[in-house]
Amino acid sequence: MATLEIHDLHVTVEADNATKEILRGVDLTVKQGETHAIMGPNGSGKSTLAYSLAGHPKYTITGGTVTLDGEDVLEMTVDERARAGLFLAMQYPVEVPGVSVSNFLRTSATAIRGEAPKLRTWVKEVRETMERLQMDPSFAERNVNEGFSGGEKKRHEILQLELLKPKIAILDETDSGLDVDALRVVSEGVNRVRESGEVGTLLITHYTRILRYIKPDFVHVFAQGRIAESGGAELADKLENEGYEAYAKGGVTA
Amino acid sequence: MAEAQNIPVGSTTAGSIAVAAESTVATRMSAPPSFDVADFPVPHGREEEWRFTPLERLRGLHDGTAVATDGVTVEVSAPEGVTVETVGRDDARVGRAGAPVDRVAAQAHSSFERASVVSVPKETALTEPIRITVHGEGGVSYGQQIVELGAFAEAVVVIDHTGDAVLAANVDYLIGDGAKLTVVSVQDWDDKAVHVGQHNALVGRDASFKSIVVTLGGDVVRLHPRVRYAGPGGEAELFGLYFTDRGQHQEHRLLIDHNAPHCTSNAMYKGALQGSDAHAVWIGDVVIRVQAEGTDTYEMNRNLVLTDGARVDSVPNLEIETGEIAGAGHASATGRFDDEQLFYLMARGIPETEARRLVVRGFFAELVQQIGLPDVEERLMTKIEAELEATV
Repeated sequence: MATLEIHDLHVTVEADNATKEILRGVDLTVKQGETHAIMGPNGSGKSTLAYSLAGHPKYTITGGTVTLDGEDVLEMTVDERARAGLFLAMQYPVEVPGVSVSNFLRTSATAIRGEAPKLRTWVKEVRETMERLQMDPSFAERNVNEGFSGGEKKRHEILQLELLKPKIAILDETDSGLDVDALRVVSEGVNRVRESGEVGTLLITHYTRILRYIKPDFVHVFAQGRIAESGGAELADKLENEGYEAYAKGGVTA
Repeated sequence: MAEAQNIPVGSTTAGSIAVAAESTVATRMSAPPSFDVADFPVPHGREEEWRFTPLERLRGLHDGTAVATDGVTVEVSAPEGVTVETVGRDDARVGRAGAPVDRVAAQAHSSFERASVVSVPKETALTEPIRITVHGEGGVSYGQQIVELGAFAEAVVVIDHTGDAVLAANVDYLIGDGAKLTVVSVQDWDDKAVHVGQHNALVGRDASFKSIVVTLGGDVVRLHPRVRYAGPGGEAELFGLYFTDRGQHQEHRLLIDHNAPHCTSNAMYKGALQGSDAHAVWIGDVVIRVQAEGTDTYEMNRNLVLTDGARVDSVPNLEIETGEIAGAGHASATGRFDDEQLFYLMARGIPETEARRLVVRGFFAELVQQIGLPDVEERLMTKIEAELEATV
């Protein structure tokens, strides 16, 4: 069973000629089949955690370990992490001019699966997945994220999640900027992947709204660069009622 | 209808649309067109038409010091029925498509020994392409090539430039009424080559001209593809593709002169750049004369900057002297393949080298697919693959 283990992770970022510590000792274990929601106020370091796990060059790991099934993730390049089974659905997916969605998906699936998917089954797989996400077939011929609306970008991220079937999926504010219909469609996509039981999900969000559609097993409150409190789904209800104020004051009580 | 998007990358991407009583495209040149090199002062580099060009790397083509030598060979292979001959400067076809517009083009005209003329008789539709190979073994050469299609003739011409040369050569296309000419000119030079040339197309009544300019190699390549119309109803499509590597200067200066009514033109040039001091220049001048009612024209230039240190200057310029047109527009954009795009692709398991190739291949495929000649398309994609293998 795939397990992502994060232990005492410290991360800094260079900003305005100064080094700023964003993550200050994160401990978290995500197992295949589990869904962990990470919630926290703006600036608490949630997205930094997501991007650090994926290997974005902007972030410097200054301490701690991250392993996937015992393998040292921090030693891997960005593409190696993806091939090892980590997936990051991005909050702000990047436009890639000149590369069509269909070409991109196929190249990515070939890299992740280690061989080119058979064309006939692949075309069907993509078409059906797109239909379930209510994406028009013409979408496949557009350039990656170019001119996509916010909702289209997020559907495209979840389309990749469904096709690439990672061991660990990190969803970075996938819910932000979505209207209720789009949120439902996107959540259904995430749930289809979760129902396979083969993915561990790290759901990073600012709002509790998405947790009505995607039920977490664990909820963690992120504040000032570490997990301030952990609990079950009921912790989300508490946040819904009380907000992050208690955590923002700096009272780390975990 | 006009669009100009500019995303400068340490470079200029300026666009303008002018409604002028008199064309300024002609007047901003430092001298009027002429066949005599003496009519052009030696450029100093600040002239509008020379300001992007590294004169010191032209090996004397611009100042009269480059003396012709042996070492550049031109071979023409043509299917049966095509006439291949050489003629003197006094032949009526020499210069008919257009006069030189700058000193190097005039130098080429003044200095070539014999012009090569390839003629396709009227109403002859060739099934095989005419192939012209220009190969350099390190020599200096001045040349004049003429391709002439009689009325309703159809032909594809492929011109390949390889090896090392210092070459100033003009190419004229005389396209008869109702004729169809497709020309693919590939500049696949070695790293040290210098190639400057003016390509003049004179498009007959209801004739079609399709030009595909592919510039991959050379130290300096500076080409002037130009189109004029000999009557109404002509069509011109100008496609271009360049891959500018470290230290290379590749410059394409288009002029489409809508001097006849009911003609169309469509220009689409795309370039990728990588490496320090890679420099691409694209000038797209379109003039719609007062008599050219019913004109429909669009021009577009896209650049993809793959690494730091490369520079693009892209200047579309549209001058409209009549309001009675069907459409006119232009677009220019320079984007860069940046670390965020690389991260995105790599985060989906795609290795770095493959990610770069994916982007460049896709970028060019968009243009290549519009050419409409399967064997040319395949050959170009193979060239692009080879360029990617060698450099990215």
